Amino acid sequence: MLETIGVRSMNDLLVDIPQSLRLDSLQLPNGLSEFETMAEVAALAGRNRVYPDRLTFRGGGVYRRFIPAAVSAVTSKPEFYTAYTPYQAEASQGTLQAIFEFQTLIAELTALDVSNASLYDGATAVAEAAMMAFVHTGRNEVLVSGYVHPEYVQVLRAFGEGRGIKVRKGTEPNKKTAAVIFQQPDFLGLLVDAKQLTQSAHDVGALAIACVDPISLAILAPPGEYAADIAVGEGQQLGLSPSFGGPHVGFIACRRELVRKLPGRLVGTAHDAQGRRGFVLALAAREQHIRREKATSNICTNHSLCALAAAVYLTYMGPYGLRQIADVSFRRAHSLAERLRRLPGWEPAFPERQFLNEFPVRVPKAPAVVRKLARKGILGGLDVSRWFRELKGVLTFTCTEVNDPRALDELMAVLES
Amino acid sequence: MTEPLSFELSRPAVDPPRLPEAEVGGPAPSDVLGRDVLRARPPGLPRLSEPEIMRHYSRLASLNYSISENFYPLGSCTMKYNPVVNETAAALPGFAGLHPYQDEDSVQGALELMWRLEQALCAIVGVERVTLQPAAGAHGEWTALRMIAAFHDSREENRTEVLVPDSAHGTNPASAALSGFQVVEVRSGEDGRISLADLESKLSPRTAALMLTNPNTLGLFEREILDIAEMVHATGAMLYYDGANLNAFMGICRPGDMGFDAVHMNLHKTFTTPHGGGGPGAGPVGVKAELVPFLPSPTVERTNGHLMFDFKRPQSIGRVRSFYGNFGMLVRAYTYILAMGGDGLSQASQDAVLSANYLRKLVEGDLDMPHEGPCMHEFVASAQNLHEGGVRALDIAKALLDREFYAPTVYFPLVVPEAIMVEPTETESKATLDAFAGAIKDIVAQAKADPQSLHGEPTKLPVGRLDEVTAARRINAYLQGLSEDPVLRWKAPIEAAETVAEKTLQESPC
Repeated sequence: MLETIGVRSMNDLLVDIPQSLRLDSLQLPNGLSEFETMAEVAALAGRNRVYPDRLTFRGGGVYRRFIPAAVSAVTSKPEFYTAYTPYQAEASQGTLQAIFEFQTLIAELTALDVSNASLYDGATAVAEAAMMAFVHTGRNEVLVSGYVHPEYVQVLRAFGEGRGIKVRKGTEPNKKTAAVIFQQPDFLGLLVDAKQLTQSAHDVGALAIACVDPISLAILAPPGEYAADIAVGEGQQLGLSPSFGGPHVGFIACRRELVRKLPGRLVGTAHDAQGRRGFVLALAAREQHIRREKATSNICTNHSLCALAAAVYLTYMGPYGLRQIADVSFRRAHSLAERLRRLPGWEPAFPERQFLNEFPVRVPKAPAVVRKLARKGILGGLDVSRWFRELKGVLTFTCTEVNDPRALDELMAVLES
Repeated sequence: MTEPLSFELSRPAVDPPRLPEAEVGGPAPSDVLGRDVLRARPPGLPRLSEPEIMRHYSRLASLNYSISENFYPLGSCTMKYNPVVNETAAALPGFAGLHPYQDEDSVQGALELMWRLEQALCAIVGVERVTLQPAAGAHGEWTALRMIAAFHDSREENRTEVLVPDSAHGTNPASAALSGFQVVEVRSGEDGRISLADLESKLSPRTAALMLTNPNTLGLFEREILDIAEMVHATGAMLYYDGANLNAFMGICRPGDMGFDAVHMNLHKTFTTPHGGGGPGAGPVGVKAELVPFLPSPTVERTNGHLMFDFKRPQSIGRVRSFYGNFGMLVRAYTYILAMGGDGLSQASQDAVLSANYLRKLVEGDLDMPHEGPCMHEFVASAQNLHEGGVRALDIAKALLDREFYAPTVYFPLVVPEAIMVEPTETESKATLDAFAGAIKDIVAQAKADPQSLHGEPTKLPVGRLDEVTAARRINAYLQGLSEDPVLRWKAPIEAAETVAEKTLQESPC
């Protein structure tokens, strides 16, 4: 090959690199065989403790759910996972159509007009939605109402700082407010008055941004029904493993009037000369590769493969399967809440508030309780005082369809002992 | 061949999958929650059986081109083979099953992996520390610029401009704008490299940073990088490295030694985590000592062999993503680095440069080469020589699809008219490169003999060229309220929607 190029050595191809910059080698060990590589990686994995699904009662934004085998059977197809962003539409119809289906599924779930092709996670989805509101209203304050996931708010603050957007916590929007952001159910699992919050935003000309749990939408009124302008959320529960926090998938959907301000990729239908329907990346004029510094967002890569997983999951479940999952989780969580409140000194942290399948309990000696459960192989509730000082002694417990009745009994047995 | 949408395949007669029953005495949602809180109608999800689902997605998979199948010469994207062992590693229950809010003592292996990956990346690019939090390259760029902004703020310097070469990736100016900076463009010179004279005229006390990729997007190494670094630093600004082109010189040289203060890396390019049809990726950022205090929170710290997250970082720019980044992608990249080792990574970059120069030589008689070689890991040709016959870069791209190759990146960088940007990577054999060059030769011959015939390609794919102009017009009509066809999603035909609604109301368990 060197001969064809017309040079004598590899060094002749590297002549543009100043000699003073050249390295002899990297300060890294030499390579390993696949066998040795896996042995070393598996040893690291072995140093982690994995709690069984059924004995995991911790949520806080990442949940154990039943994942149908069909999901990984599809996402592990190399035609999907080793393809690039679908720039050449004719050779990428599989990815494009799957994303188009994902967009439709999210639009149906949220009852909003249009969803994008996905975002990195729930946190960046909240931040991107806030940017949309900032641009749409020309106002530079966003109001975070209630117990929104603390890490989402941290990411929102970091994003906001670059654009000069102030993040305020409170309940009263005013004429400077670009958007009211709330989470339904909130970080503690409690239901908020989404309708009233949306109305309060609209009363001052602000947008309402609802951060929602996609599985809850099988039970709860969707954002489109209570007239929220933008719905965002984390899609981990739709067929993705916890994986120490990622990769997961963020989603964002909005009303028709806001579509031009959506960040990231959007797929739409188009036709060829023979009239056959196909799918293409649409409205690219919003994006960085065309608009550069005037783009709605800098996002280029989205989380396509995770969106594919979510599409397979939702298609597998269908409307009634999803409802069943949500129902079972609801019943088990309410049954557990009832049993926990009978423990001496334990009481619901917000007895007047409703919840679905995650709920806060005030617990005597909470850290000791969590440690005791861990010793018995149970991942107990999440100590939320780490983020909220006023919630000292409060643990949030989560139940889903994977926490079978015997798992609930085992949890109670340890707590009662 | 095309495939109907899952929504079009949906049959109301399909039963939902068998799922667990509650088996406990808890109330149902409608027993507890008020009617106004409940969803009135189930969401319009499709109803398909598992065999139908598997066939649907298998057929969709067959409509995709992928690196597992053949050569993907997409310039700037580093489409190298994705070792399958990476997937096995990430799926280990000891990684995939970890909850992000487990106690640190129970995730020491995961933290150790993050720590070791950080050390390896530091060694490869020559920096002090690396944050693994950003989820993608553009996210990493933005994270780095936030750190640079925080650095200048901490010195009470008001620097409002970021310089970006005209050949830069589109994410560079977009990330700078989202970080609150004004973007100032720096021109390329005749030789395709950044014009030092133009750079000098744009540098000022307002300059916060120069964003640069090296080799640049033309595949050319910026020979005067040490002078550039000196000029930038002399004005008190920082030098930022766009790591999209890192595959050109692992083990050959390091951005840190060139004078770059912040470096982002694309694990989904250089370190073989799969692209997934557009993500998830991962975009770690490495920084020199001066920027370390501003790293996103948390960082992974190690004391006496014990690993922990450090959340108490008073000068940190905060958190850029929930949890700790795309951990599953970090596992894959670490596995790759472990398997390759320092020797393997150095060899990979040398082979990538060799492949690019070889392929460049093979096609230089067929296409224009606007800049002199040698190139690094990629090169940019131009279809300008076929302009007279009405053949454009896009035609070459589409014709390649018919010859079972993916297309190179076209119309980028913007500084080359009719640009065709080719990055072969180290994982392609000489035979593949020869075959690709042969395809280019055929297409160019066809372009000269019968230019019109190229406009009809591709003809062998599931669909022909798609009319994006009409699609855009239809979307506009929808967004302006002139049409009810959203184009960006499927919508049930009107009559059918009513039937479905009635039916689901009756069946609804609500």
